[in-house]
Amino acid sequence: MNDSDLNSLEVDVVVAGGGNAALTAAVSAAEAGASVAIIEAAPRIMRGGNSRHTRNMRTMHEAPTGVLVEAYPEQEYFDDLMRVTGGITDETLARMVIRGSGAAVAWLESHGLRFQPALGGTLSLARTNAHFLGGGKALVNALYRAAEAAGACIFYDAPITALDIEGGRFKAAVVEHGGKPLRIAGRVLIAGAGGFEANIDWLREYWGPPADNFLIRGTPYNRGAVLKMLLEAGAAQVGDPKQCHAVAIDGRAPKFDGGIVTRVDAVPFGIVVNNKALRFYDEGEDFWPKRYAIWGRLVAAEDGQVGHVIIDSKPVGRFMPPVFPPIVADTIGELAVKLGVDAPTLEKTLRDFNAACRAGSFDPNRLDDCRTEGLAPAKTHWAMPIDKPPYRAYSLRPGITFTYLGVKVDASARMQMADGKPSDNIFAAGEIMAGNVLGKGYLAGIGMTIGAVFGRIAGTEAAKHVRG
Amino acid sequence: MSAAEHDTTRAGILAEAERQMNICNACRYCEGHCAVFPAMEMRLSFGAGDLGYLANLCHDCRACYQHCQYVPPHEFAVNIPRILSEVRTITYAETAWPASLGRLYRGNGIKAGLITAAALALFVAGTVMLADPAALWGANRGAGSFYAVIPHNVMVALFGAAFGFALLALGAATLRFWRWMGADTAASGTDIGTGPCLAATAKALHDGATLTYMDGGGDGCTYPGEAPSGLRRIFHHLTAYGFLLCFAATSVATLYHYGFGLVAPYAMTSLPVVLGILGGIGLIIGPAGLIFLRMGADPAPADPARSGMDGAFLVLLLLTSVTGLALLFWRESAAMGLLLAIHLGIVMGLFLTLPYGKFVHGFLRLAALTRYAIEKKKGRAL
Repeated sequence: MNDSDLNSLEVDVVVAGGGNAALTAAVSAAEAGASVAIIEAAPRIMRGGNSRHTRNMRTMHEAPTGVLVEAYPEQEYFDDLMRVTGGITDETLARMVIRGSGAAVAWLESHGLRFQPALGGTLSLARTNAHFLGGGKALVNALYRAAEAAGACIFYDAPITALDIEGGRFKAAVVEHGGKPLRIAGRVLIAGAGGFEANIDWLREYWGPPADNFLIRGTPYNRGAVLKMLLEAGAAQVGDPKQCHAVAIDGRAPKFDGGIVTRVDAVPFGIVVNNKALRFYDEGEDFWPKRYAIWGRLVAAEDGQVGHVIIDSKPVGRFMPPVFPPIVADTIGELAVKLGVDAPTLEKTLRDFNAACRAGSFDPNRLDDCRTEGLAPAKTHWAMPIDKPPYRAYSLRPGITFTYLGVKVDASARMQMADGKPSDNIFAAGEIMAGNVLGKGYLAGIGMTIGAVFGRIAGTEAAKHVRG
Repeated sequence: MSAAEHDTTRAGILAEAERQMNICNACRYCEGHCAVFPAMEMRLSFGAGDLGYLANLCHDCRACYQHCQYVPPHEFAVNIPRILSEVRTITYAETAWPASLGRLYRGNGIKAGLITAAALALFVAGTVMLADPAALWGANRGAGSFYAVIPHNVMVALFGAAFGFALLALGAATLRFWRWMGADTAASGTDIGTGPCLAATAKALHDGATLTYMDGGGDGCTYPGEAPSGLRRIFHHLTAYGFLLCFAATSVATLYHYGFGLVAPYAMTSLPVVLGILGGIGLIIGPAGLIFLRMGADPAPADPARSGMDGAFLVLLLLTSVTGLALLFWRESAAMGLLLAIHLGIVMGLFLTLPYGKFVHGFLRLAALTRYAIEKKKGRAL
């Protein structure tokens, strides 16, 4: 064996990525008899991409199942998708995802993952989303065990530095492994390497300087390297590059990887002001998860990409406990000083808001009749005077969850080229192609469904391609 | 926010546990794994009482570690099995009775070893010096042969006193722990108002006896490694029920002796011997299996300061069963006298250390499970 042998390797299927979609694809291909190499950019302890931070999968079902109540039929699922995307979806692929979701859950169960009924604080999803027992990392662990059992070869801490693609035909991936380049040749590439949300430079191309103030809720390893290489190699692009799923999270969250705990869901119980101490949007417009999905963008549009949610003592214990303690003060003036906003303005904002609140019967579980009158912007539900000290505040920033830009695929998960032809041997699954189905907006748990359904398709098709 | 290596003083451990619980309470992905997380969800603050309660609900299945997206090197550095193990040690030490003996939890493994070694030395030396040499070194057969070596009255006095004291100390520690758990309920809003009721105690006994929460929520502990496995629960059952069978063997033998005037040794087919053999086998396979699993276990979710205490207890149980079975099989040989002294020395070491070592986990856990049964009925997640 000479040096060049040491640094190269040949397999049937090269899987780029190490989360739900990549692993589902890898296990499916390996179980169909293909030799598989999984190339995960993260070290083992941080493996799994954004799947590590997930917790459920949106699942169609016609009748109650083990963990899901009632029914969530295909048409309702599809209507939900149409509503959030405003119709920006490929109906054929979307319906494949929806119809395949039940089988995806069963497949995951048969590969070591357990499901459980909706978690506390997520009861609104009890009907639509199957929750992973232990969360997304339990899924990731189960799939890595399944991949090992199926004989897949796993490379951790191995970012892909180049893809050898000629005329839409994949030949090999070059990875950085143990400080040395390693060339892994394959007859098929499955791209399941996620989006580019952790690549601030790339985000800045679309968002400008505000991107520097974004916090990235998921893995720091989703830098979009594989996505960029595929687009440069001539893949057809889907999804608006400027679109990303942004939620409002605690400004003290880590720059990357803060995950679920950094969310602050106090918005409907109080008001949100910007750095000028002024309100800028109806805090009572809608329920979680729609509320959850819009506040990131709203905050991103404000000066410094900051919003301060202010509540009094009444709602404590009525929303999920945030991970960071609130900023607390006995007076609004004192709170303003702690937040670094103008005290007289904040006092006036509060006074105006409190004066505009109309009494009603407060009920956080429905769109109640507590609203403001004669205030702009109005708070249309859950408006209660903020008057019971001590006052509490959380400073919010946009937390980016995922990006929508991806590569176009067909119903066999085969990547399409910009010239309209299908790639000979490149398939894609997961966030890197989710834009085909989810053109914009957000539907809780559908990302995992897209990954699992298309992962299985990609793995099966890849094995078929290998067998010729 | 992060504390990869926290301060290991009492205050440091409790502050670290509180920090981690606040992260878990904002996440809640693990609530299906065991009772700790549903109990946590009934609280918004975590004082020492709350933490001691949650720590003793924890069966150390480690699923929450293997499935956590915030384990080190993540800056949140969440490691619940380890920090709750550290809190448990605090509760053991601070509820010990008499209180001054709580210090036995510092360097517990070595102290348990020394106490057992001393008991063993005293029994062997005492027997050699005091026993009738003919009875001690001769082949011994027939009823009363054990008592020819060590008089029955001496055994009853020594072991009755040691066991009675152990029961008293364990009972006192359990009561003290019951009060400890209620210390911060005003702040956390989880005052249960009552003492343990019958239904809750029965539920706790059921959950303890079946190890309901030593299964990661269904698939088994992620122990010794990341893959779920039922082995630990099986070995724990063999250990616990082996211990109880041995205890039952001794109790039946006592009944035979005083109730029916039947004097040991008993026939191989007699109830005390059958119970003892079954218990002894469980008490060999169980602790040996647990020791074997420990040797290959992922060290990250374990508290290194606890390994002495846990290891010493397992070794002591194993020695008890091995010496007990050895005595049974060689009881008609010339080695019987010495084997009897060795076995009794080991058992005395076990009895003396029962209330000041790993054994207390069962009592405090039952108290925590009882509280959980009551809280679950009354409370709701926040």
